[in-house]
Amino acid sequence: MKRWIAAICLLAMPAWAQAPKISSFELMKPETQAMQRDDASNPAMLWIAEGRQLWSQKAGASNQSCADCHGDVASLRSVALRFPAFNAAQGNVVTLDQQIQICRTQAQKAEPWALETRPLLALSALIGLQSRGLPLQSVTAAEVATVEQGRALFMERRGQMNLSCAQCHDDHDGKSLGGATIPQGHPTGYPLYRLEWQDLGSVERRLRNCMVGVRSEPYAYGSPEMVALETFLRDRAAGLPLETPAVRP
Amino acid sequence: MASVLINVPKLVRKGETIEIKTLISHPMETGFRSASDGKLIPRDIIHRFVCTFEGTEIFFADLFPAISANPFIAFTMRAERSGTLTFRWLDDKGGAQVETARLDVQ
Repeated sequence: MKRWIAAICLLAMPAWAQAPKISSFELMKPETQAMQRDDASNPAMLWIAEGRQLWSQKAGASNQSCADCHGDVASLRSVALRFPAFNAAQGNVVTLDQQIQICRTQAQKAEPWALETRPLLALSALIGLQSRGLPLQSVTAAEVATVEQGRALFMERRGQMNLSCAQCHDDHDGKSLGGATIPQGHPTGYPLYRLEWQDLGSVERRLRNCMVGVRSEPYAYGSPEMVALETFLRDRAAGLPLETPAVRP
Repeated sequence: MASVLINVPKLVRKGETIEIKTLISHPMETGFRSASDGKLIPRDIIHRFVCTFEGTEIFFADLFPAISANPFIAFTMRAERSGTLTFRWLDDKGGAQVETARLDVQ
């Protein structure tokens, strides 16, 4: 009898309950995992070192550094867990990288770094590092509309291959695509060092890779669609620990 | 300016074998890739890495175009006495990145 009840319970469980959320860290080879765990061998630490220099470097017409407003970068603990976040002054949701651009133009009165450039990624990685190991947070009420927009984009079929993100990352995660295992697609370690890129890159760069992979026109860096997708993915990954700066194959 | 990370163990006993880890930021351009205009991007790699301890060469490595960007080099040495380790990376542009680190043997 007990066995029957257990079997019925299993059948009644929704699909997500059977597959717990896992980071793609778990799918990597032990060598690559070791590279991420050891700060002395993680190449992303080169960007962290650069980020620390930038943090205290004065810039712009106001001649202020990040440290002049924020103090020690450790004070930004847990900040990266809630980005992309709603910015009341802008009236929309912004990514952490965009927030750094806003700080640079409005507080420092300096030229903002373009998205996906080395200094911006370095600072973004440094801020992410302050929250390493802490669980990603769910969205707040102000971000719900953006999450829904992102969810719609995630479910939408696109490109010549006519595939949606969900068809791989929700329906077939854990199975193989060529030689690689399809991950659940949780953005837990960005900006991260990808061995294929031999470079540090943001989640937007990774999303563009996937979009090109299904032969669709990739969204531009910082476009509203990109931000919506990122916000949805952050909410979808809520509870997983942040790994920034991660290493991926 | 390339940025460099060097990791030398802090607590070292005399006679112990220690591992030294180095990481340098470098594009390691192979010379086989072409830019969007079709022209070859000139080769720019670190072709030699040398580590000396108090003036004595203790390790060197020749690097080739197949080595990835941001090369990570780790090697071991037996720590007999305290001193200064000097690390030198030589690249194709004639530049040399020189860094030093202190080794304290107890």
